[in-house]
Amino acid sequence: MSQKDEKSQPEQGTMRVKRGLAEMMKGGVIMDVVTAEQARIAEDAGAVAVMALERVPADIRRDGGVARMSDPEMIESIKAAVRIPVMAKARIGHFVEAQILEALGVDFVDESEVLTPADEAHHIDKFAFTVPFVCGATNLGEALRRISEGACMIRSKGEAGTGNIVEAVRHLRSILGDIRRLSQADSAEQFDWAKKLQAPLPLVQEVARTGRLQVPLFCAGGIATPADAALAMQLGAEAVFVGSGIFKSDNPAPRAKAIVEATTHFRDAHILAKVSRGLGAPMTGIGMDEINESQRYASRGW
Amino acid sequence: MNSRIGILALQGAFASHANCVTELGHSAREVRTPADLSGLDGLIMPGGESSTMSQLLESSGLFEPIRDAIADGLATFGTCAGMILLAHEIVDGRSDQCCFDSIEITVRRNAFGRQIDSFEADIDTVIGDFHGIFIRAPRIESVSEKVEVLGTYGGEPVLVRQGNVLASSFHPELTGDARLHEYFINSVVTTKET
Repeated sequence: MSQKDEKSQPEQGTMRVKRGLAEMMKGGVIMDVVTAEQARIAEDAGAVAVMALERVPADIRRDGGVARMSDPEMIESIKAAVRIPVMAKARIGHFVEAQILEALGVDFVDESEVLTPADEAHHIDKFAFTVPFVCGATNLGEALRRISEGACMIRSKGEAGTGNIVEAVRHLRSILGDIRRLSQADSAEQFDWAKKLQAPLPLVQEVARTGRLQVPLFCAGGIATPADAALAMQLGAEAVFVGSGIFKSDNPAPRAKAIVEATTHFRDAHILAKVSRGLGAPMTGIGMDEINESQRYASRGW
Repeated sequence: MNSRIGILALQGAFASHANCVTELGHSAREVRTPADLSGLDGLIMPGGESSTMSQLLESSGLFEPIRDAIADGLATFGTCAGMILLAHEIVDGRSDQCCFDSIEITVRRNAFGRQIDSFEADIDTVIGDFHGIFIRAPRIESVSEKVEVLGTYGGEPVLVRQGNVLASSFHPELTGDARLHEYFINSVVTTKET
């Protein structure tokens, strides 16, 4: 064995290792939590990860003001409470918040439009980090730009904190529909696609060839019920984030468990019917016509 | 010979395993309910979160039929979280986390640390050098004399077998190298009766 020691130098933070954790979360539910107690409820319900933050998006929306990275003390208390991966949010372009989150040992950083952007032109250079990043996208061009910056997971933006799935459906249909159309394009048309998408040609060509994004595509923004989660999965999402939808509902623990089961059995309507029963009231939710353009988070990011 | 390999698809990297199986010319079937288990030649338990899978095994009614099928000789390959599920004993898991007790190993969940400590490295295995991806990986802390060590990294076991059960702490499905799947199907699946 001694002659093998030389080549056994381990490499950390490679794209394969970073994307690998995103692969492990497929078919799962990532839940927003604001306390260690909520984190335990999420883990008990079968969450694959928790997103540690000070306020869920519904409260950020209600409170207004500048939303920033959470207090490290709060993130550490959640890390100590559960064994599943812990994610946390940094502001768009705020690479120092991301450095702090990496130093805290969080498992995934969400460069998130739910927080107030720190840079109006640049996202974080995510290749500079060992910790993997997830970024939101509303369309294929945005998704590929984030991947070109080093994102290891893409999620739909949806419209966080609304309990309304309509925007996430729009974003998933846009991303996946364009992938289907792009995979029919010939080599000359792919150049045009790259221009229209404002995305690097090699990434566009790769999607055309493989018929899929380079990284896992998850759904976020507006999931409030087991049926919402299954809808996202049937549309082609590979896992779901649930933000305000669990802890803003009447009865978080059974709802969380039901959403976990619905995400696994997303094609089985009998199981979906069974787990949707008797969960109490979901979060109230907001119609899109009740939110004016300037208050929409999905338009943040470039 | 074409083998029918079930991929436990409750949560985790099941799609990548299915790709490895179909690339080798065998058929893969996603397993989410007990009915999906019938007629399988082998079963793969993927990586993911073992506590999530443990709960879904109970709620889907899969736990007992899988445990019994493995005891009856169903060839089974568990990677990372899948290995944790197959273990005799889990250290640092959740107290309510169930395991099949199908291979006499003790594993420590997330023993290599958090995601920033995850790594890839070359390892020595029974089928030659293999590139292993370790994601928040569990560590095999001890093995009984019934367990064969088929792969090591830094002198520690990372690939083990006991009869019809194969387990690895790394992710062979993430490298595009299907040799371990080939080994599983050719050497474990076909010898399950012995």
